[in-house]
Amino acid sequence: MTDKSPSLLSVDQMSIRFGGLLAVSSMTFEVREGEVLSLIGPNGAGKTSAFNAITGYLQPSSGDVVYRGRKLNGLSPDAISRLGVVRSFQKTSLFGGLSAFENVLVGLHKRSTQTPLAIMLGLPRVKEDERRLEAAAREVLDFVGILPRAQEPAASLPYGEQRLLEVAIALAADPKLLLLDEPVSGMNPAEKASFVETISRIRERGITVLLVEHDMRTVMGASDRVICLNQGTIIADGTPEAIQRNKDVIKAYLGERSSHARH
Amino acid sequence: MMKYFPQAFLGLLVSVPFWLTDSYMLHILITTGIFIIAAMSLNLLLGYTGQLSLGHVAFFGIGAYGSALTSLGFEITLPGGIPLGVSPKPVWFAMLVGIVAAGFTGWAIGKLAFRVRGAYFVIVSISFAEVVRLVAVNWVELTQGPMALNNIPVLRLGWGSAEVAFLRKPAFYWLVLAVGTVCYIIISRLVSSRAGRAMIALRENEPLAMSVGVDVTRYLVLATIVSAAMAGSAGALYTHYIRIVDPDIFLFVYTVTMVIMVVTGGKGTLAGPIVGGVIFGLIPELLRTMAIKPEVQWIIYGVVMVLVVYFLPMGIVPALRNWRGGQQASSTAAASGPQMEGAGK
Repeated sequence: MTDKSPSLLSVDQMSIRFGGLLAVSSMTFEVREGEVLSLIGPNGAGKTSAFNAITGYLQPSSGDVVYRGRKLNGLSPDAISRLGVVRSFQKTSLFGGLSAFENVLVGLHKRSTQTPLAIMLGLPRVKEDERRLEAAAREVLDFVGILPRAQEPAASLPYGEQRLLEVAIALAADPKLLLLDEPVSGMNPAEKASFVETISRIRERGITVLLVEHDMRTVMGASDRVICLNQGTIIADGTPEAIQRNKDVIKAYLGERSSHARH
Repeated sequence: MMKYFPQAFLGLLVSVPFWLTDSYMLHILITTGIFIIAAMSLNLLLGYTGQLSLGHVAFFGIGAYGSALTSLGFEITLPGGIPLGVSPKPVWFAMLVGIVAAGFTGWAIGKLAFRVRGAYFVIVSISFAEVVRLVAVNWVELTQGPMALNNIPVLRLGWGSAEVAFLRKPAFYWLVLAVGTVCYIIISRLVSSRAGRAMIALRENEPLAMSVGVDVTRYLVLATIVSAAMAGSAGALYTHYIRIVDPDIFLFVYTVTMVIMVVTGGKGTLAGPIVGGVIFGLIPELLRTMAIKPEVQWIIYGVVMVLVVYFLPMGIVPALRNWRGGQQASSTAAASGPQMEGAGK
């Protein structure tokens, strides 16, 4: 997107400290409405810590996270999610005992209007709401391309499809800003290529995407803008092309690429 | 047609007093039924939210004492010399008071305890039950302590000649069945709804549940309130059936009995506590009628329990469902998926 797009999320001088370890050091960046922004950097650069701090799973030691003019610091993860900032997890995270369909139904929690009393009384509007949710769940599963798997237990899906289901759960939660933590790790090359296309379709839905990813092909293919972190500090911010040419990035990140080739 | 199995089973239960005339057997069914209601309520917490409440008997006992005291009336002096007297109230109203009191306690415990999870929650719940028991033992002015509350009145509904007194066993049996059916319907509605999915999501993956906006604590507290109120209704039924209540109602072994019923039957399934409750509620009595020595009775009880847990670790109902699912899959290649909320509908 262009520089003129308004800021959706801004991270201001955020630091995260674990005891003596400074995981993130006064990080400042903003996510603009409608863009796909990638956060890259070697392992331990502080990407996931930054994710956790933005979404309330971790309190930053200092600094602010502001979403649409509202401070997120101190809010619980579920409250942040209800504001429209929804994340996925680095390690595969599903409701393993439930079917893919039921996983997405849980994801639709915010879109449901059922109240406990109406449920216990068995009011007709609860049934109507359930039908609406079921249709929405099918739509989301279809969007990520795993609708035929709807009735299978989530834990028994192939790994690549589990990752797609995670994205489906997050999409079900009606995000304005979607944070994806290494969504393509574990996918095969064909799945990765089609996921790049899925990200652009997510953006077409008006959802802004913040992506943490090691897979450079995905990052360069999907992003409008890339920020590179090293040892908790931002060392570069620019278009994918500019990042690929940036000497600091090559030194810090791409220079270590051979050690990541195993992934 | 498994679809109508719950209705058919209910029909069978309704018919019991017409062909089972043995008063003692009916008594066993009534007490077992009361415990099944308590086990169903425990299942909502243990099976669906995944939190083990080992103080569940406290809600049962609060329902019992709350109902008994309201129906008998009492006069106490509060600290500071303030007198507080309650005149005897009708039993149906007293039972409601017992249920609400238990539900309110559930709310308080939920608020206090659900900051903690797993082993810590277990400890908080055990301690809570013990505190309530000590209050019942020591607040003699209110509870008569170990002397027990006696002559608890019988539930009467209706007026004049249309009045029904739940004094005879068949009538009380149907009352227990009615309360149990209401509890079953409420639980089945809850667990197949947004609220139930939030509870199950907490059991399956709490961080992921929060990431999609589920206010985990809110739904845990909701589960505790509903669960505690149902356990309270079981306690209220118990107290107006046995018509005497003493602090022994808070014995830990009652909680253990409920846990056994839920775990062996299949936690997290609607039918589990009923199946487990029927089996482990009736075994001791059936063994007693066989005139076996008491020690041997309990050894058999223990062995059956160990065998169930060893061979059917998920419980009887899930094992049956898998077995039936396997049969269907081999014969018709049925494609219906696993149900989130277990048996039933």
